[in-house]
Parts: sequence; C-alpha cells; structure tokens
Amino acid sequence: MAGTAIEITDVTKRFLTPSGEVFTAIRDVTFTVEPGQFCAVVGPTGCGKSTTLSLVSGLDRPSEGTVAVGGQPVEGITDGVGFMFQADALLPWKTVLQNVALGLVFRKVGKKEALERARDWIRRVGLAGFEDRYPHQLSGGMRKRVAMAAAWITEPRVLLMDEPFGALDVQTKAIMSTELVQLWEASRPSVLFITHDLEEAIALADRVVVMTSSPGAVKQVFDIDIPRPRGSVQEIRFGDRFLELHHEIWATLRDEVERAYARTAVGAAA
Amino acid sequence: MNRRTSQVWGARAALAVLIIGGWQLATSAGWVDKFFYAQPSGIWNRLWDYFENGTEFGSYPQQIQTTMQEALYGFLLGTAVGIVVGVALGLNRFLAQVLDPFIKVVNAIPRIVLGAIFVVAFGVGITPKVLLAAVLVFFIVFFNAFQGAREVDRNVLNNAKVLGASRWDVIRHVTLPSAMTWIIASLHSAFGFAIVGAVVGEVLGAQHGLGLLIKSAQGNFDPDGVFANMFVIAALVLVVEFVIERLERRLLAWRPKTQAESVLV
Repeated sequence: MAGTAIEITDVTKRFLTPSGEVFTAIRDVTFTVEPGQFCAVVGPTGCGKSTTLSLVSGLDRPSEGTVAVGGQPVEGITDGVGFMFQADALLPWKTVLQNVALGLVFRKVGKKEALERARDWIRRVGLAGFEDRYPHQLSGGMRKRVAMAAAWITEPRVLLMDEPFGALDVQTKAIMSTELVQLWEASRPSVLFITHDLEEAIALADRVVVMTSSPGAVKQVFDIDIPRPRGSVQEIRFGDRFLELHHEIWATLRDEVERAYARTAVGAAA
Repeated sequence: MNRRTSQVWGARAALAVLIIGGWQLATSAGWVDKFFYAQPSGIWNRLWDYFENGTEFGSYPQQIQTTMQEALYGFLLGTAVGIVVGVALGLNRFLAQVLDPFIKVVNAIPRIVLGAIFVVAFGVGITPKVLLAAVLVFFIVFFNAFQGAREVDRNVLNNAKVLGASRWDVIRHVTLPSAMTWIIASLHSAFGFAIVGAVVGEVLGAQHGLGLLIKSAQGNFDPDGVFANMFVIAALVLVVEFVIERLERRLLAWRPKTQAESVLV
C-alpha cells in the first residue's frame, strides 16, 4: 500500500509540568511529508521531536493547530500508522512470533493467517528460528528487527520512527538502516524518521527537517537530491553530494546543538 | 548432584537432627518441662494415634480435608475477586480515588475479628471459614493487582495502542500480563493467610478441622496435640507453596532470570 501525506500545520503543544508550570514543547511547527516520502527530523535533545511523532500517531493531541494524515485530521489513534519506538516496546510476555502477529490479532485477522504472515515477516527480517524466543532472550539488534517486523506487518501507509536505532552499536545500526531502506523501497509508505544523527538522516531521507531547541520549531527544511537506490548506507557517506549536503545542514544544526548544550551545561552548573 | 548441593543437604540434615535431637534430649532430661513444650517423640506418637484411631471429631484425614477445603476455596475466591477489583481500580483512576479512604479504613480493621461476625452470621459450617480466608487473601492480592495494573510500561502500552489494540485488547494483552508478575508474587504469602483464616475460623467455632483439634488439644492440656497439628499445617502450606512455585515458573517463563535466580539454578 502506497503512503499518504502527513500535513502538520501551525502545531503548538504545551504540557503542564508536575510543578504546575506550562512547558511549550513545540511551537508553530509546520511541515509536510509527501506521499511515499522518507522524511527525517533532526534537532538537538529536547527539541520536541518525539512530541511531534506522538501527535501524528494520535497518542497525543496538539494544543493548537492541526495534524492530518492522508487529508484526514488526526483524532484518536491514526489508522494505518506503524510506530517504532526509541525504547523497547515489545510485549515482554509474548514470544517473537506473538509479538509480530499482534497488529493482525488486534485487527481481527484469523489466528492461523496472522501466525502465517508473522512467520513470513520474521523470515524477511532474518530471524527465522527465533519464533519462540522471548524478547529478553534476544540481543538489542534482534529486538529491533522484531519491532520492525511488528510495525511493517500491518502494511502501514505511514511509518513513524523515533530514533529506532539509537541504542544500537554503529555496525548494527548501519545494517539495520540498509534493511529499512530496502523494506521501504518495496512498499513506499510515508516515513517520519526522528534522529539526532545527521549522517543517518541524510543517508536515509528525501527531506530533512532541522528543528530548533525548546520550544521546538522548524528552522529549515532541506530536500536531499541524492538519487535512489542509494545502496549501502555506509558507502553513501563518502559521496561528494552527501558531503556537500552534510556541510550545509550541519552549519544550520550546529547553532541549535550548541545553544541546547550551553543551556544544559548552565543548568548542570547552577 | 554436585558437591556443593550435597554439602548443603548434608548440613541441612545435621541441623534438623540437632534441633529435634536437642529438643528431645532437653525434655527427657527435664531441663525444660514437656508439659508445656511438648516432646518430639510425644508429637510423633500423637500423630500416629490421630491417623490410627482418628480424633474425637472423626477421622484425621477428614479434618485435614476440611481445613484444606476451606483454605483453598477462600484462596481461590479471594484471589479472583482481588484480581478483578485490583485491575479494575488500577485502570480507573476516578474510582480508585473515590474508594481510596474506604479501602484504607477496611484495611486498618484487624480482619481476624471479622471471623467472629461470620461465625455468628453463617453458623459453624465451612462458609464462615471460607469467607474469612477470602477476606485475608483478597487484600494482599488486591493491593498487588492494583499496583501491577498501574505500573504498566508506557512504551509497551503505547505500542499496543498504535498497533490497533481496543480497550479490551489492552487489558487482556498488556495490563493483565503485566500485573501478573505482582499478583503471582503475592500468592506465596496469600496461601499462608488463607490457612490462617481457615484455622482461626475453626478455633472460633467449628465441627471439624485442624483448628478445632488445636483448640481441643489446648483445652486438654495436650501440647503434643497442638504441635502435631501445627506441623501438619506447615507441611500442607509447603506442598501448596511448591505447586504455586511451579505455576509461577510456567506463567512467568517470559521473564529474564534475576541474578539471584541464575545463581541458584
């Protein structure tokens, strides 16, 4: 199933902190992910990247502005959305097979068919033979593969990814990224991918959104014109166009990172 | 059996011989009075007598069966109600806030005294003992189920929601299994309390049961009888503990072994 557009228009999200103060996580955020586009969002820690994702998924509501997926305003959990979380979000009491089949079980697909399709997906992410293991018996990289299969099995039109490979070592991360791009090219859902790793963002995405730090706002949007298929994620990094873009976007991002760092450093000293 | 485990078992056997032998020696030498503190050989003879000749209230297995039945029914009833109410309140913040002071008040009552009311209301049959055991079990299981239902990992919960889980799906696939770790941990002490409920209920008024035998032995100045029944009760609790532990291992197979467990295995 091909992807649908994500339109985020003038969105502001405020939270009430436990001490009763109002905290603005993101302010007047506007950007669009075209149908079937791979869009990465980069920004310093605490710039409201994750907040943006939870608004698109429908887990949270914007304080102001609108979020629309496929032209429909988001109210409640968005249909046809897959989500890969930053932290482990597999159900620890279910086996690999049960975890992958979960999206189908919730959609009332027959048990036999659900398990059959889950087996197929487990094979596709290279985990054949591990169907009956529990998540704690797998390595971090394997757990991410399970999460990936669990998110893809429902054939989402929109895929939201919150630093999905952030906790992995560099080599595993590169392999997983390459596999992700292969899966994405096969069915082309729209992807909103959050990361703080600029290289990862440029290597994977068609569009990179740079956000400012708290409150989060869109600083600049870059279109990445490196042609596809791009091949192995590790090799894209040495291309001329990659280096140019990296230089250009880093110049924008650096100020934000430094400002965010200065703030936390002062906070730590105080 | 490796060397370490055989050493442990050897030391355990030696300690048991030391305790029982010391007790026997001290009572037969007259250092402590066996009229108050009983004597291992006397306890053994009393047990033998119970099984051989029965008791004043019928055969001994019948007494054991009565007490076990009361404890088990009370355990099952208290556990079931505890899980349902605990999870329901864990999911419903409003209801939990409304009921909080009431639960605190009821929890502050020494629940054993409820046994007296139950005996008056329901007579000397097994009903009041089952109810007393159930009340004792309920509060332990309830508090654990309540806590467990509220400590669900937010990421796991959000993941299930995004995958399309309905409200009922969330309860069945996320809340209940998550709370189960807490609930099962509570079952170990819960069965002990179920036995307490049954035995105390019998002491307060009954026609059969180990509690009644203890009360009768006490009235006859028969410490051997009190101790004999006490040991039988302890043995029963250990058997049930063993079953619960097997159940725990099956239901919580998904959990990573903690370091302490890994060392023991």
